[in-house]
Amino acid sequence: MVDDLAARFEHTVASEARIEPRDWMPDGYRRTLIRQIAQHAHSEIIGMQPEGNWISRAPSLRRKAILLAKVQDEAGHGLYLYAATETLGADRGELTEKLIDGKQKYSSIFNYPTLTFADMGVIGWLVDGAAICNQVPLCRTSYGPYARAMIRICKEESFHQRQGYELLMTMMRGTQAQRDMVQDAVDRWWWPSLMMFGPPDEESSNTEQSMAWRIKRNTNDELRQKYVDMSMPQAAKLGVTFPDPELKWNPERGHHDFGQPDWEEFWQVVGGHGPCNSQRVAHRRKAHEDGAWVREAAAAHAAKARRSQEGVA
Amino acid sequence: MSFDNAYEALIDQEDAHWAFGTGFSAPLEGVDREVPTSVDAKDLVAYCLMLGDDSLILSQRLAAWCSRAPELEEDIALANIALDLLGQARLLLTRAGEVEGEGRDEDALAYLRDEREFRNVHLAEIDCGPGPGGDFATTIVRLLVFSSWKVAQFSRLRGSADPVLAAVAAKGLKELAYHRDHAAQWAVRLGDGTEESHRRMVAAVDRVWPFVDELFHANAVESRLAGVAVDPSELRSEVDGVLDAVFEAAGLTRPGPIPTAFVAGQAGRDGVHTEAMGFLVAEMQHLHRSLPGAVW
Repeated sequence: MVDDLAARFEHTVASEARIEPRDWMPDGYRRTLIRQIAQHAHSEIIGMQPEGNWISRAPSLRRKAILLAKVQDEAGHGLYLYAATETLGADRGELTEKLIDGKQKYSSIFNYPTLTFADMGVIGWLVDGAAICNQVPLCRTSYGPYARAMIRICKEESFHQRQGYELLMTMMRGTQAQRDMVQDAVDRWWWPSLMMFGPPDEESSNTEQSMAWRIKRNTNDELRQKYVDMSMPQAAKLGVTFPDPELKWNPERGHHDFGQPDWEEFWQVVGGHGPCNSQRVAHRRKAHEDGAWVREAAAAHAAKARRSQEGVA
Repeated sequence: MSFDNAYEALIDQEDAHWAFGTGFSAPLEGVDREVPTSVDAKDLVAYCLMLGDDSLILSQRLAAWCSRAPELEEDIALANIALDLLGQARLLLTRAGEVEGEGRDEDALAYLRDEREFRNVHLAEIDCGPGPGGDFATTIVRLLVFSSWKVAQFSRLRGSADPVLAAVAAKGLKELAYHRDHAAQWAVRLGDGTEESHRRMVAAVDRVWPFVDELFHANAVESRLAGVAVDPSELRSEVDGVLDAVFEAAGLTRPGPIPTAFVAGQAGRDGVHTEAMGFLVAEMQHLHRSLPGAVW
């Protein structure tokens, strides 16, 4: 019986059809998806902090509105993704507990600090750009609710990327101090953005099985190459450079050659020792714990309202 | 959407690609922007600043909740309310600058005025949390009072002799009614919910009430602008009625007026603020002011 179900599952995945919540699926597939989607949801929620850092100080009212709307979108993305994990039997509250207890991870990029307003533009352009490279293929991922959430998220991310790039374009047309601020932000975010694709393929433990299950569609190195290739002309148009002396067009490969990020730094940040890891988790923990009485009150009120309805009926 | 090349999929898309299309029109398109001849321009500028600053400063306070709310849904809702208020502020400050005629735009007015030139009521500026200044209950009580008062004010302002103020009010009223509804629902949940939430709501009402009386005090500018401005002293019974209904459902008692002395007869509308205001303005303005001549 399980063999039949397993065969049907394999066939559905291999024929590029979608697995839906009621379908049978291997436990490992379910666990991998919950882990991956939760990690993505946590990234959206933790990602609200580095950008939220500048809302109160945004230098024009238009930029303040754009930034606030963007951070609000990230909360929305987190919400859809937690909802997608719930179709697999997970619970949002439990996943949040895992996040604040350090048992589940989020994208390491958010463990870097946002030091100037140019970081708001560079995060949009490079960080959201790298996220899009990672996420667009997930619109075809084998699990239906995840794939559909990703379509909407990618549309909004692409809007954020354009807004970030537009901010940088505007700043580059401003004063020298602003141009310097943009270059400084690019210098700080370039390497971490390359790390967003994960370790080199030969060191990536999850790639092979996830590719076979069509949860993952491209390898880390393929996506990293695509990102570098698409970022180079954008940097040239903007008038900034990337801090990599090895970066140049290779006509034989039809791609850019580029240097390797500092993988030691990457593993340090992934391991919890980045510049902002403890700050980010503490912030999330505080919001969650400070809000506990509110959630309890809402639940108590709803229960009272239900009881009085039942009493009437 | 092409999935083969991420970047191609993002550019040159038809409008249908975007959730809300791309053809946004200006919110007050088609509204007559001439200043009516019977209106004193200086007073109208001051009045637009009063209303614009109310919205701007409360928006700044509410935005501080983003990433700190009790639930993700509430991060979204409070950010949404802050965005609505920011949108109102931009229209009102733009109107102030336009009537003044000295080339000041919304940003010059938001970022280059000193604390004493801001005209918002104290209720908008006090720190109600997140953080040591308050908590979610205080934020909700402040929002409930503010939005109930603004709904009453904007519903009358729709008939203003200034066509721009009338249009801003018509647009803003729908938003404010939603803010009031959101705050009222939370007030009922928290007032009724648990012992702790009830206790916090009682403390929140105590914290906020000394700032309520100012809302109904007519400033000389408002008194002179009959037909353009709304007389705040007319709003009290309507606001009290709304608050009574919410407080009753929440199991709370609405305090009577707590008249708080002004400073030599002056308060927010005159540019005399609470101690919290200087910090708020400093944080909001510091980047804009530290790079003169920058473009954003």
